[in-house]
Amino acid sequence: MILGHRLSELCGHGPSLETDIALTNISLDLFGQVRSYFQYAAELKGEELTEDKIAFLRYPNQYRNTLLVEQPNKDFAYVIVRQFLFDAFHKPFLEELSESLDPQIAAIAKKSVKEVAYHLRFSSQWMIRLGDGTKESHAKMQEAVDYLYRFCGEFFEETEIDKEMKENKIGADLDQVKEAFFKTVKEVMKEATLEIPETAWHQGGGKKGIHTEQLGYILADLQYMQRTYPDMKW
Amino acid sequence: MVIAEQHKEILDFLYEVSDPEIPVLSIMDMGIVRSVEVEGNQVKVTITPTYSGCPAMDVIGDDIIRALKKRGYETKIKLVLAPAWTTDWITDEGRRKLEEYGIAAPLEVSADKKALMGEKKMVTCTNCGSKNTIMVSQFGSTACKALFKCQDCLEPFDYFKCL
Repeated sequence: MILGHRLSELCGHGPSLETDIALTNISLDLFGQVRSYFQYAAELKGEELTEDKIAFLRYPNQYRNTLLVEQPNKDFAYVIVRQFLFDAFHKPFLEELSESLDPQIAAIAKKSVKEVAYHLRFSSQWMIRLGDGTKESHAKMQEAVDYLYRFCGEFFEETEIDKEMKENKIGADLDQVKEAFFKTVKEVMKEATLEIPETAWHQGGGKKGIHTEQLGYILADLQYMQRTYPDMKW
Repeated sequence: MVIAEQHKEILDFLYEVSDPEIPVLSIMDMGIVRSVEVEGNQVKVTITPTYSGCPAMDVIGDDIIRALKKRGYETKIKLVLAPAWTTDWITDEGRRKLEEYGIAAPLEVSADKKALMGEKKMVTCTNCGSKNTIMVSQFGSTACKALFKCQDCLEPFDYFKCL
């Protein structure tokens, strides 16, 4: 949802009509997918919980998104690198979830993975075009990679819930996802003539609810209507 | 779709409901109606989205309810995700209508990949029929379409992507 929101900020602001439409289409896919998860979560929890409450009425420390997706749209290089790193994780993650013993999670994942294959293809092509482009585009892409790469380690940090879900064969085996992620990243970065940062240090916290300041700005925007007019409907 | 003989007319009514983004195509041609259950004047229509975030789904649900209400039926809509919709479910009639409307119908999956990767020219221009076409953008006017351009007649056109 958070990445969907970030991409929606580009609506009408993309560098060209085609990329604008592509990024907002990806945003739409992500919102559709997250609605399926939230609707299912609300159904499981029962009580008075609704998808809107999950989306709009949590406090920042209750959001469990990884730090990568909340990073701002600094420039097109940041948008593409962030998208590529996320897609390279998201596709194998959904492939794992497609095997989930929970039929609804498997159904959502099988539906979503078809869409995400297009996202990955789109972001990979832009990685290559800009990385292996002009001197300036290469430098900008490398700068974005150097900055954003630190947030990738968090994808594979196993929380207690991740572990329990894996053991019950409901969630994903993050080691498998990690392998697929690095395979894609190495292949695409090589073709894009971009260097993968060597640093072993990674910044995590998002999955535990500890976020960068960026999330606060997103939530101020995202939650404004529900906070001002509680329970409003579109 | 399995439906009792006496309820066949309901399917005819559903043929009148179209995708608001592709008005020439009925939801039956799109293959998004998965089942219809009838009990007296109560109908349950199960539909599946083309794309997760397809904004047309809510409208389609409302249109189904409205179309059947006119005929005295009370309808409930159920949305299912599995099995996931695929472009293979678009009927031959649907493909023909798409082409007539100016949207190139989806190729076979393997050919689709080649066309979208720009490896091979396979998508036929809906305006002049030339195969000398190039992809302008993987994402067209909606999530389900890619934008192509014909290099012979120079017309841009949409191509319905395989899913």
